[in-house]
Amino acid sequence: MEDILNVKDLNVYYGVIHAIKNVSFHVGKGEIVTLIGANGAGKTTTLQTITGLVQAKSGEVDYEGQNITKVPGYKLVSMGMAHVPEGRRVFADLTVYQNLMLGAYTRKDKDGVEADLHAVYDRFPRLLERKEQRTGTLSGGEQQMLAMGRALMSKPKLLLLDEPSMGLSPIYVNEIFEIIKKINSDGVTVLLVEQNAKKALSIANRAYVLETGKIVLEGEAGALMEDPKVKSAYLSE
Amino acid sequence: MSSFISFLINGISLGSVYAIIALGYTMVYGIAKMLNFAHGDVIMVGGYVVFVASSTYGLPIWLSIVLSVVVCTVLGITIERIAYKPLRGASSLSVLITAIGVSYFLQNAALIIFGADTKSFNSVVDFPSISLMGGKVIISDETIVTIVVCILVMVLLTTFINKTKTGQAMLAVSADRGAATLMGINVNKTIAVTFAIGSGLAAIAGVLLCSAYPVLSSTTGSMPGIKAFTAAVFGGIGSIPGAMIGGILLGVIENLSKAYISSQLSDPIVFGILIILLLFKPSGLMGKQIQEKV
Repeated sequence: MEDILNVKDLNVYYGVIHAIKNVSFHVGKGEIVTLIGANGAGKTTTLQTITGLVQAKSGEVDYEGQNITKVPGYKLVSMGMAHVPEGRRVFADLTVYQNLMLGAYTRKDKDGVEADLHAVYDRFPRLLERKEQRTGTLSGGEQQMLAMGRALMSKPKLLLLDEPSMGLSPIYVNEIFEIIKKINSDGVTVLLVEQNAKKALSIANRAYVLETGKIVLEGEAGALMEDPKVKSAYLSE
Repeated sequence: MSSFISFLINGISLGSVYAIIALGYTMVYGIAKMLNFAHGDVIMVGGYVVFVASSTYGLPIWLSIVLSVVVCTVLGITIERIAYKPLRGASSLSVLITAIGVSYFLQNAALIIFGADTKSFNSVVDFPSISLMGGKVIISDETIVTIVVCILVMVLLTTFINKTKTGQAMLAVSADRGAATLMGINVNKTIAVTFAIGSGLAAIAGVLLCSAYPVLSSTTGSMPGIKAFTAAVFGGIGSIPGAMIGGILLGVIENLSKAYISSQLSDPIVFGILIILLLFKPSGLMGKQIQEKV
């Protein structure tokens, strides 16, 4: 399988803290790959480095065969990479519709944007109901849907999701993971960062386990679910 | 009664100038998160460009105004590029001190180029005053033009922000720079556009100000700049309607206290009211209460 994303020997520092240590992984076209690990393991930092919000000290990020390590973050969107950040970060003072249109900021094809807007409303009917509402008034689950819809408006090939289940009620969590599966089956590659390892492994093809900035385990998602170390550290009920 | 109406209208006119200047402060604060204390001096540059273009080179007045807007827009972008952009991510104190430095630089550059003597500025508008209530209230042509321009600016700016992609990008950058980047918005370019618009408006304010108060010197922009900054804080810094309302209120309060209380005390009264307002409403009239999100 051809790789859409290839991360090689990534090192990131926050001041003197070595947050990401020689992290290497790859994501194949069409896959769902998940990075799991405890709070502070470096999952979010890894995603932020890929999309240029954080600068790497060394290492390389290749996207569709092109080295994007030095490409400014805003340019990656039109290259087909969309990042749903931790904590959703929707624009609270704008309406749902305005948020979605900002997702399509880089696109020039008006008809395509219109069609994708309808597709997002079909996928998330609640966003259609609330399209003129101020985003700040939405519930956490609705905001998560908006953040994902907003990312889909850029027509991504690769979708980076950071903790989509964080702070959501169990019903919403199941719904969000169903939606991720559906987005993937529609042809979007997904890199998923999650603390909810059980859920993440249940929909992913492959997984990497991060511990204090290092990848300590990797493999097929199904195999990792049976791994005794993963079981005791991340899947204990 | 008739004198009250004429004081009130003149106050609204003065306030309109403050409002146009305050828009520059408030937009830059909202989007670049900095106080551009050199903003007032861009007004002065705008005034000088019109003065030189029309008096020295004899250009038609409309062309001088266009030239002034162009020069100030370029100046605004240049200041941002050279002085503020390298400080992105630096502490707000460093940026503030730099802005004060830029302000002194502009004032002293004007002093060197145009000399220390004040120039008398010819009003750019010339049509008869309007008399109302059987001649008891006379409104000057400058007053009318200023108010009309202010309304136009407000309508155009609101439309620009709500209807254009660049306007929406400005709102996004103002709310969350990182999230805006993830939408594919070039944050640096958006900040540059904000400076361009603010400085273009400062040029217009400069022309209106010098038409109403026809003296021009290197410090012409300082006091209106500080007043407009006060207006922006009064209305809630970062808020565009706040800047408009703050500016007009400030102009009216200033003019009425000059007329009915004392011209010497008008500034203390204006700033006193600001202090009292901020005691009760720290984020200004239209400002958002900043709340920590969990």
